[in-house]
Amino acid sequence: MADKGYLPKEKIKEFVEALGKDAAVYAPCLEGDTIIFRQYTADKEISLDRPANTPPKGAIYPQCETLLSFEFKKDAATPQKMDVELKANTDFPKAVVFGGRPCDAKGFTVIDRVFVNTDTADPYYKKRRENTTIITKCCNSPYAGCFCVGVGGGPASREGSDVVMTEVDGGYYLEAVTEKGKAVMSLSMIQDGSSYEAKAKQANEKATGAVRNPFPADARISPELFDSGDFWGRVVDKCVSCGACTFLCPTCYCFNITDEQAITTGERIRSWDSCMFQHFTLETSGHNPRPAKYKRFRNRVGHKFSYYPEKYDGAIACTGCGRCIRYCPVSVDISEIVGYLKDPKADPKQWAADKKDAKN
Amino acid sequence: MSTQKLKEIIKQVLPDVETVICWQEGYDKLNVTPIFITSPEQVDQVVWNPLCAQNLASYLPSQKKKVAVAVKGCDSRTIVQYMQEGLIDRNNVVIIGIPCKGTVSKKKVQKAIGNEPVEEVTFTDGSIKVKTPSGEKTLALADVCPTKCTSCQFPTPIVYDQLTADAIKSDKPPESVYADVAELEGKTLEERKAYFASQFDKCIRCYACRNACPMCVCQDSCIAETRDPHWITQKNSLDEKVMFHMIHALHLAGRCVECGECERVCPMEIPVAKLKKKINKEMKDLFDYTPGVNPEDKPPMYTFNVDEAKIKEHKL
Ligand code: SF4
Ligand code: SF4
Ligand code: SF4
Ligand code: SF4
Ligand code: SF4
Repeated sequence: MADKGYLPKEKIKEFVEALGKDAAVYAPCLEGDTIIFRQYTADKEISLDRPANTPPKGAIYPQCETLLSFEFKKDAATPQKMDVELKANTDFPKAVVFGGRPCDAKGFTVIDRVFVNTDTADPYYKKRRENTTIITKCCNSPYAGCFCVGVGGGPASREGSDVVMTEVDGGYYLEAVTEKGKAVMSLSMIQDGSSYEAKAKQANEKATGAVRNPFPADARISPELFDSGDFWGRVVDKCVSCGACTFLCPTCYCFNITDEQAITTGERIRSWDSCMFQHFTLETSGHNPRPAKYKRFRNRVGHKFSYYPEKYDGAIACTGCGRCIRYCPVSVDISEIVGYLKDPKADPKQWAADKKDAKN
Repeated sequence: MSTQKLKEIIKQVLPDVETVICWQEGYDKLNVTPIFITSPEQVDQVVWNPLCAQNLASYLPSQKKKVAVAVKGCDSRTIVQYMQEGLIDRNNVVIIGIPCKGTVSKKKVQKAIGNEPVEEVTFTDGSIKVKTPSGEKTLALADVCPTKCTSCQFPTPIVYDQLTADAIKSDKPPESVYADVAELEGKTLEERKAYFASQFDKCIRCYACRNACPMCVCQDSCIAETRDPHWITQKNSLDEKVMFHMIHALHLAGRCVECGECERVCPMEIPVAKLKKKINKEMKDLFDYTPGVNPEDKPPMYTFNVDEAKIKEHKL
């Protein structure tokens, strides 16, 4: 099997439909002005024009999934006894994530470290992940907010992808990155791609050079500034504490588990949660260790740029996709905030709560 | 011109207040973002242009001390409504009013320029010029403004302490306000159902629309996500999404000041304000009440008359 190929643009639909023969294909679909990853069906219109509003995260890690269903049953012979019957399903079909961007594909690798590469792997995520082939579209140029290069990725990064495609001459140059990816290359509409390789490389380099790099990836976060409530207060005062930044993030993986019961039957469901919500850390006693907005925001930044890297050999839990910037109701820019934290001249005094007093 | 005046006013009021809430340039030229000014050096960062679409009045109820806030005509309705509902102390707010000729929807601009990165933005009277790597594009403001600006009745703030420019009058007919609702009403029930289903199906329950809404006062106690009691399931089925939007809309009945924040902030580009406008229109017909225009008014849902002029329940 070849690991290089070429797919003319007009064959995209045919390609996706061929992939869909034995797998559920998740693709960026246009609905009104919104691009959303949906399970592809023939009535949908795929759009690769810009990164989708949502990342493809939900294809492997759904916003809401049933972990198990339960039913309470009375035993006819001994009516005082109640049995509970449990059912769990991890028998997921094969799937393909088609048309995500390199930052989206890399997002899965961030979640893998927590959900798969551990001795207590999550069976739901793990099974879906194993069953999924990821075919990624490299970016021609960055979009508002993008900073993948600043966190060690790039618009042509291969990390997390099985196949990457680069736009060249009325079609896409395809390159298999993994064995799973090589299997895709045998589909009949894929032509020989070797003559496009050089052009694709050029396009990749051009795009990479155009992405902003807001901070040196290896610069350390100033612990003094990170601990300064005044700093966080100032950079976060405009935040409205919604879930847009976390629900649109390809790497956020926090969840909540609830039992949804109706008399004798019910389901235990897992749904995405957000550290930006006040309820996230609300304890049964009523105590909340992160009652203030700035403490929640600090957790989001800290998790991605400090706690996670400490635990996983320096890997950053942000792929720079820019969605949290692009879609934030009040244009909070995480790269600007991390930029302050990584500034070698960072000084908490500059952020004193009342600058009027500080100046005096 | 009025930007200069705005900066002057801010410098003048700053010593008397804790913070002045205004706009500054955001992460790129097509974005502005709020600035909370506490020192005179920050005043230079202030911007005022049609990108300043965000309703800054929403921050007022959470402010503990005396603050000043820059508001457009539409934003001032939020303040009026807060006054009606006792959510702010007027003595603790200095209102810097900006007569406004219309804002810009960045989503519409982005679409018009093919989502290219923005290098430069300039405004001339009635148009916006955007520079991208592939060239320059000039767009008429009327083509890229949010829906609310097409029928704006209050270009000059209703309440203010200072104005940055001479007051201007609306040139839009009052009937235009509910033109989009009338269009929806012209559709059959089935068509409307299908329309809302296709829109709300895109919702990710991020609650940006709720948290950005100046009149959503429950916020962290919203029944859509309280955990104890666990009123509503966390499932992301269409029914649950619609349920959340119905709650938001009904809680805004006769309170929605039509600022359009819910719609502006929705990352999934759902026309979330439509339902609320429809209810507002009903409230107007029923109680002859428009939210956020007269500080002396009492919101209809805050009171009741034994005999309502247009409700016939006692005369069965
Ligand atoms: S962050 Fe990089 S990889 Fe992601 S969409 Fe932007 S340019 Fe593409
Ligand atoms: S999207 Fe923006 S406003 Fe919403 S929680 Fe995130 S940073 Fe705050
Ligand atoms: S934190 Fe923001 S930029 Fe980073 S991966 Fe998440 S959404 Fe993208
Ligand atoms: S419902 Fe929407 S338009 Fe109405 S007040 Fe809230 S944010 Fe503004
Ligand atoms: S902002 Fe949009 S996506 Fe988020 S909850 Fe509201 S309607 Fe849904």
